[in-house]
Amino acid sequence: MQNEIVLGYPTFDWLGLAPVIAVIVGGLLALMLEMARPKSRNRGVVGVSLASLAVAGWFAVTSIGQPAQESMGGQVVRDGPGLIIQLLIIAVTALTVTFSDAYLRRRGIAFGEFYPLALWAASGAMVMATTRDLLMLFLGLEIMSISLYCLAGLSTKERRSEEASLKYLLLGAFASAFLLLGIAFLFGASGSLHLSALPGSLAAPDPTMARFAEFGLILVIAGLFFKLAVFPFHQWTPDVYQGAPTNVTAFMAALVKPATLIFLYRLLEASLVARDLWMPIIFWGAILTMTVGNLSALVSKDAKRTLAYSSIAHAGYLLVGLAAWAASPEKITPNAILFYLVSYGITTIGIFASMTLLATTTREDTRLSALNGLWRRSPWTAAAMVVFAASLLGMPIFAGFWAKILILQDAFTAEQTTLALVLIVNSIISAIYYVNMGREVFVEDEPEPMFTENPPARSAQGTLGLQVTVAICAGLTIVGALLIPTLFQSFEATKMVDSSVEQAPLTPPDEAWPEKPEPVAKQ
Amino acid sequence: MPDTGFGILSLLLAAPLVVAILIGLAPGKSHGAIRAIGIGGSGLIFLMSVIGLQGFDGSTHRFQFVESLPLIPQLGITYKLGMDGISYWLVLLTTLLTFLSLIFSVYVKERVRAYFALMLVLETAMLGVFLALDGILFYCFFEASLIPMALLIAVWGGSNRRKAAIKFFVYTFAASIFLLAGLIVMAIQLQQATGVLSFDILALQAAAAEGILWAAHPALQMTIFIAFAVAFAVKCPMFPVHTWLPDAHTEAPTAGSIILAGVLLKMGTYGFLRMGIPLFPEASLEAAPFINLLAVIGIIYGALVAARQVDVKKLVAYSSVAHMGFVMLGIFSFDSNGMIGGAYQQLNHGISTGGLFLLIGLLYERIHTRLFKDMGGLKAQMPVYAMLFLIMMLSSVGVPGLNGFVGEFLALMGSFQSALDGVVDMPIALPIIAATGVIFAAVYLLIMFQKVFYGPITNPMLSRLKDLKRWEVGLTMCFVALAFLGGILPNIFLKPMEASVDAVRRMAIEAPGPNKIKWNEPAPTAMANTGEVN
Repeated sequence: MQNEIVLGYPTFDWLGLAPVIAVIVGGLLALMLEMARPKSRNRGVVGVSLASLAVAGWFAVTSIGQPAQESMGGQVVRDGPGLIIQLLIIAVTALTVTFSDAYLRRRGIAFGEFYPLALWAASGAMVMATTRDLLMLFLGLEIMSISLYCLAGLSTKERRSEEASLKYLLLGAFASAFLLLGIAFLFGASGSLHLSALPGSLAAPDPTMARFAEFGLILVIAGLFFKLAVFPFHQWTPDVYQGAPTNVTAFMAALVKPATLIFLYRLLEASLVARDLWMPIIFWGAILTMTVGNLSALVSKDAKRTLAYSSIAHAGYLLVGLAAWAASPEKITPNAILFYLVSYGITTIGIFASMTLLATTTREDTRLSALNGLWRRSPWTAAAMVVFAASLLGMPIFAGFWAKILILQDAFTAEQTTLALVLIVNSIISAIYYVNMGREVFVEDEPEPMFTENPPARSAQGTLGLQVTVAICAGLTIVGALLIPTLFQSFEATKMVDSSVEQAPLTPPDEAWPEKPEPVAKQ
Repeated sequence: MPDTGFGILSLLLAAPLVVAILIGLAPGKSHGAIRAIGIGGSGLIFLMSVIGLQGFDGSTHRFQFVESLPLIPQLGITYKLGMDGISYWLVLLTTLLTFLSLIFSVYVKERVRAYFALMLVLETAMLGVFLALDGILFYCFFEASLIPMALLIAVWGGSNRRKAAIKFFVYTFAASIFLLAGLIVMAIQLQQATGVLSFDILALQAAAAEGILWAAHPALQMTIFIAFAVAFAVKCPMFPVHTWLPDAHTEAPTAGSIILAGVLLKMGTYGFLRMGIPLFPEASLEAAPFINLLAVIGIIYGALVAARQVDVKKLVAYSSVAHMGFVMLGIFSFDSNGMIGGAYQQLNHGISTGGLFLLIGLLYERIHTRLFKDMGGLKAQMPVYAMLFLIMMLSSVGVPGLNGFVGEFLALMGSFQSALDGVVDMPIALPIIAATGVIFAAVYLLIMFQKVFYGPITNPMLSRLKDLKRWEVGLTMCFVALAFLGGILPNIFLKPMEASVDAVRRMAIEAPGPNKIKWNEPAPTAMANTGEVN
């Protein structure tokens, strides 16, 4: 078991790495271009960002359907779920980049930094999605997180943005410490950083070693829970979501969940032998997260904060899917979770993008009441917001509905009836605040004399990027169900590598160790 | 009539959406064009439903015009539509009421474009509920009707509209999500029993008829039935989950009230007929006494509360609670007369209550109040209006010669028969008490008529009132004519639904076995893909 990883020449899978490299290079190019060009024009930066994402997407798409494989000494895995999550990450990044321009300009936020940081955050998330190595996980997670800390504080003129950034950084560092300690314990127990070593160490004959491994596992789960905003590690979410610039909030919500959850899934899959240990954690995590998220959202008066709590609740729903899969992994595939992530990501970007309409140069009024009468100011955005809220609620025919059906079906199949019922009750609770949001958008209260004028909203609807983003998101939300068969098929085609890692001990030696393209996380 | 692929039913479903899109694209700010497209379009849809469905054969209980297309095979979800005698009339009722209420909607002055578009989207959702033969598809349409209706209430409703809209939405959403959970559990049961994961109602019914659907977990049948029943009972609405209805009805704009009373409430009773009874035969028979008890409480309670109302629209809203009680009583009598009476009463309630809401709406557009204290003495001012109102009111009371009588009579007779024969284990007192509800109905509706039309004119505004315009009379006459037609020649309506309703009755009371009546003959097996013979 020991030292297995370093034996032999690793196979080199450039295609598996290509999307990540493309995004990182894109970020570098964007940064250079930004420095070379005057501040007032950033079409080029946006163009480079989108182009690099397109290249990355192309690489990822060409890999779909090929047999799953693990390369680079087990550090990069290329399989169906990983590719879907990578594509999702690319998509949400592209959507965010598309609509951010106008918002950043209007808010007077220095946008030069935004694009490279967003791309690097995406690259970190993409690394997380395609690895089964704990060190790579940590690397990806930190690249993503550090970029996001900076992004959250991008609005330097605003105190709450700074506060969000600092809060996120401090608590994030705390979580990273958990994670790192957990990784250390796991390494100590197994002598390997690869997940394939987990089953062995968890079921080690030496009980002390097994305890070490279990302790490490729980710490790693806790670290991931923090990023997922699972109760009780959810406290940072509302403040950070509310304080960060709205486009960053959208990006954060849609980016972090998929990357973290896919790794959590891989981690739990590798440690199914210790299911009795972590199943209660997932179970209660799901129940408490859903309930706490939804109940808190009920009393929130701020639209961004409500959505932050709703994102907590959605993390809970995702855990239900995870618990259902874990309860009977032989019958259930994680398709439901994947589709849920896709639907949630698209919808979240859409709803936050619509919300950027509320921003003005001086301040950004994100109170729920500020949405009032949006219908009249920009009817199409308002209609799209209703679509997004309905999808988050799980109303047919929108994507969120199918996602919820998939999760419920899994939960019932796995006989996790309690979780299914709690999910249902929570859906009902969530109806109240989503409907409230929809109502604010569509129904005008009697004019409130103080805030009747809201001029920027009118002008804002003209920006093409926002319209494109909202249109794409709304379109995908409406026809989301059509993605399900594709999703299932791509999953069937490229099954996960099973626990025994395919080591290719001897490959043609002409492929020597090239220097690893170490991601550049700092600016 | 074997049929797959797209046909008249898909066309019917898509047509309102197409018209809605046309309205969205209509140029300029002129309301005239939007109204013309909306009214003309919905009129064409009505014609299409009448002409296109002429081939309907009322002598069989089988589904007709069936269309089937796998939607998400991995989940067993099919795009499957079909029509039988029960849905036939409800579809026609939907297209007609949408058309008529859109004609009334020329009174809507604000946000005309969105209003007409939403009404048409709502029409698609309602038609979808009555046509869907796949559980998930049914649920989709069932829920899809919520958003347009809630928006109609919230934006164009009365003074208390916001609260009413949210209450309506959350109440019905909360109830129907149990339907979703039930459907999923049921599909999993089917998968365990036959190896085929399917939400196909025909396949589920076949499995239920053979007794294999619930064989593995017999106790589950009652649990899932309760989940279904909650969803449908809220929609109906049955006592004690009716509390959203008076608010929603009262605050909704007139066309919304017509559609709400005329069609949306029928989704609940239709749900019982389409799924609640056929898929849970034993459970529905077992629960029948309790459901009948609730229905009777609803009849009496609705009548008593209605008698105390000061708001004419609220009075009619509460009368809906009572009337839908008769529908439920008829359906859950499991007697051939009673069930057909219940099914027929669905239509009658749509026509008579829809007509009453229309008339109240016409008056409201003139005097902008719904309170009795502001009315009185209208008879002298608006004689034609008074006459039409009287007819619709009597239809609602259930006077012989008008449609309400036939339905209520059949439902009550069936209920008596059922209690006497012991088909449903309930005391004979239940139908007797229910019968007194007819008297109560006469009391509160006559009180209403008296308060609105007789007495001195107290409100000075009323003395300037003009009678109905010609087109308004024509519009109301549609309802009046249907009320007479349904009362004098009920067989026109009863014949086509007889076979289908009787099939549902037999699905409930026959013992499970291979020879039990089914909508599709062969039960699905793991080998054959769920092909339906039709």
